[in-house]
Amino acid sequence: MDDLHLLTAHEIKIAIDSGVEPSAVLDAVQKRIEAIDSKVKAFAYVNKKATQVKRGGKLSGIPVLIKDNICVKDEATTCSSKILEAFSPPYDATVIKRLKDSGAVLIGKANMDEFAFGSSCETSCYGPTRNPWDLDRIPGGSSGGSAAAVAASQTIMALGSDTGGSIRQPAALCGVVGLKPTYGRVSRYGLIAFASSLDQIGPITKDVEDAALLLGVIAGHDVLDSTSVDIPVPDYCKSLTKDIKGLRLGVPKEYFVKGIDPEVETAVKKSIETLRGLGAIVVDISLPHTEYAVSTYYIIGSAEASSNLARFDGAHYGYRDTDAKDMIDMYVRTRSKGFGDEAKRRILLGTYCLSAGYYDAYYLKALKVRTKIKEDFERAFALCDCIVTPTTPTPAFKIGEKTNDPLAMYLSDIFTIPANLAGLPGISIPCGFSSGGLPIGMQIMARPFGEETIFRASYAFEQSTDFHKRRPTI
Amino acid sequence: MNYETVIGLEVHLQLSTNTKAFCACPTKFGQKPNSQTCPVCLGLPGSLPVLNEQAFLYAIKVALALHCQIQKIIKFDRKNYYYPDLPKNFQISQYDMPLSFDGFVDIPDESSSGRKRIRITRVHLEEDAGKLIHPEGEDYTLVDLNRTGMPLLEIVTEPDMNSPQEAYDYLTKLKTILEYLKVSDCDMEKGSLRCDANISIRPIGEKKLGTKVELKNMNTFKGVRQGLEYEVKRQLSAVKDNEKIVQETRLWDADKQVTISMRRKEEATDYRYFPEPDLVPFVVDPSIIDSIRNTLPELPEAKVNRYMKELGLSEYDSNVLAGRMDLADYFEACAQVYENKKTIANWVTGDILAYLNTHGIMASELGLSANGLASLLKMIDAGALSGKMAKDILTEAIETKVDPEDIVAKRGLSQISDSEKLEEIIKLVMSKNEKSVNDYKSGKKNALGFLVGQAMRETKGTANPEMVNKILKKALGE
Repeated sequence: MDDLHLLTAHEIKIAIDSGVEPSAVLDAVQKRIEAIDSKVKAFAYVNKKATQVKRGGKLSGIPVLIKDNICVKDEATTCSSKILEAFSPPYDATVIKRLKDSGAVLIGKANMDEFAFGSSCETSCYGPTRNPWDLDRIPGGSSGGSAAAVAASQTIMALGSDTGGSIRQPAALCGVVGLKPTYGRVSRYGLIAFASSLDQIGPITKDVEDAALLLGVIAGHDVLDSTSVDIPVPDYCKSLTKDIKGLRLGVPKEYFVKGIDPEVETAVKKSIETLRGLGAIVVDISLPHTEYAVSTYYIIGSAEASSNLARFDGAHYGYRDTDAKDMIDMYVRTRSKGFGDEAKRRILLGTYCLSAGYYDAYYLKALKVRTKIKEDFERAFALCDCIVTPTTPTPAFKIGEKTNDPLAMYLSDIFTIPANLAGLPGISIPCGFSSGGLPIGMQIMARPFGEETIFRASYAFEQSTDFHKRRPTI
Repeated sequence: MNYETVIGLEVHLQLSTNTKAFCACPTKFGQKPNSQTCPVCLGLPGSLPVLNEQAFLYAIKVALALHCQIQKIIKFDRKNYYYPDLPKNFQISQYDMPLSFDGFVDIPDESSSGRKRIRITRVHLEEDAGKLIHPEGEDYTLVDLNRTGMPLLEIVTEPDMNSPQEAYDYLTKLKTILEYLKVSDCDMEKGSLRCDANISIRPIGEKKLGTKVELKNMNTFKGVRQGLEYEVKRQLSAVKDNEKIVQETRLWDADKQVTISMRRKEEATDYRYFPEPDLVPFVVDPSIIDSIRNTLPELPEAKVNRYMKELGLSEYDSNVLAGRMDLADYFEACAQVYENKKTIANWVTGDILAYLNTHGIMASELGLSANGLASLLKMIDAGALSGKMAKDILTEAIETKVDPEDIVAKRGLSQISDSEKLEEIIKLVMSKNEKSVNDYKSGKKNALGFLVGQAMRETKGTANPEMVNKILKKALGE
């Protein structure tokens, strides 16, 4: 039983039921981490004393890796930033409480782009995480550590967070499943905010069934998060029926444009045919404001981030520059040294957008465009039940390839950002490989709280293909 | 040239909710530093605010009592600025859509016997910041975040006041209303009510406002008036000397009785307000507003009217009584058990109020209950006590917390109103003072006063003076 780490959570549940010790699963995973994490660098922190707090829950004995921006009581939670070095929150995020209650074993913290600013996992203060399919390439980001660890079997499941694609994009580039739930479906209490109106925590897993399982544990109303919605959580595993007869799939023309990698386009189009073959009805739709999504996102997201990150000033916790002459100097030095370049770029951008005289032209305008984008989706969902697109325009790029070209980097989230702006759920599932052997992801979006439709469609696809079964050799 | 003063006030009121505005921390005053905190009010990463419903309901209550319109959609905004007493480095406040707006408070008009209306621009809900402590002689500053996140109401007026006295009257009236609503302890010295002022002067007849000075650090009601008085004088003399008044923030120094420049405002601070994304805007259910409106207590103005119309009290007494909720409550409790309201009003606005003021206590803390006062008044009516005796007993009752009837019984102080007994005493007095009796009979009428005095002396002051008078005159043959 040396290969327990290769199993999915639902497979492990069966194995444990038939007598396998949960500690054997943890052992296998920890051995795997020790063996390969020096190459992948998916972890910001490995909890070597990881234990199961509660027994007998839905995730009893299942190792789960947590993105480094989700608070775990008394354990390092740094957002992969120097400014939060040595910070351990005195409380658990709501999702962490729910995981602990479900019997999950928290094995550590996943590396990420600093404060989730990035699409490549290169801006971490701990250095870049590598794509297990090709160690010279990026795993995607910002939940790059979570996705890489799942792909490399260094964990059974992982939590990521998604503000503009940070779960789905790395999931696509690492060949795993990543779901961004509907805004308000999962409590954000304890998620260190990047952009409050866009952030959602979600599962990154080896297959669709595990994603349904994990979402079922973390979803649900939370009185500590005013933006969480009080809608009952369905049993998502019941949506895994393989039956998609009559399901209307919308294919937006704006997502198949110039600049998209031909291999990605081919893989996704082929997958749409697979779904059609399973009984789905394919409908051509249009989301006309798609081209404005990226700029809208960078204004709203950065504006909120500039305010959310103001608290990291050296006064109360985290890193403080001790050479300061006075209070203002302490702020300036702490933030200058504590934040990396990308964080500074976003803070500056957001501060600028909110400044007197620019607010109307940028922030207010962006809010209006956001409404237009939402309306695009509302119109589209009158014609279809879910929307199928590529998750990313290209497979994983090389480490360092886009670090000096922020705009090119920002465009890697072009297909995932609209779902955040509209608050919709979206999943990325493996749907093919490039000629170079790199994974390609397909995105499926649905109406708000339409996670069941997403699971239904993606499970049917997954069960008729075997892309999700391939694992990188490392 | 003659100038007029223009004043607008900004009051920050700490609401007396059990828990903070956006978390469940307690709001007790004077606790150990940083003992009343949690991840939310500490602004720890990942924490999120949740609106305290009680704070919201209190805010609506105040808004309605100040005749304000209520916003249809309640929305919060972030006010961004860096300061160590504000751990998130933004304050949750309300910017373009205050919870309520367009209200008013009426105050007495100095120039006529009528009323003057002070318009309320807005009343909005926000969170308080913490406190910085600078230990003397040390090179560090301590931060106490117990106050961080306490619910604050900001109540802003239009520049409608034209003298420091009007500002004082507005504040007093506002405080009375707020006390009636029981939403805050309104204690300026504890900081639960804070007041900043904008003050400027302009030539009479001029429509444009003069350059305003923001005045802070006035920690008492008296301080507000004094600070403004000083500022009026300072600005008038500056204008007289052809100096320009600069836009600035000045601090009132109560010890030196002067205002001191704190900072010049060359440019407005950019707080980069934007909607608070962690709190969802919500529509106020009109039925909630109606039910708050219907359960508002009788407010000072309505009370004054009722006292005058229904109880026949003078305008002065009515204003004095309604001007303090504790006094009004005391008066009304007494009025439940004693018939003559005018008499109660005389005692409450007289000796009792004087005692409260001297000792700085509330009527509810008084050693004499409303029932006790009523029993004292009944003893006077029954002729058992003279007015003078009653006053002594009142003081003793307040100080010893003993019931007036018990004091009277214990001291044997009951007034002698028994005419047979009085006749005996008067006979004795007359026999001892034949000269005065003869003086009176020969026309020296003021000898009567002497004889009355002797009778009182004989009874150690317990004789009913009116009866003594009557019986003496009769005995002297009138």
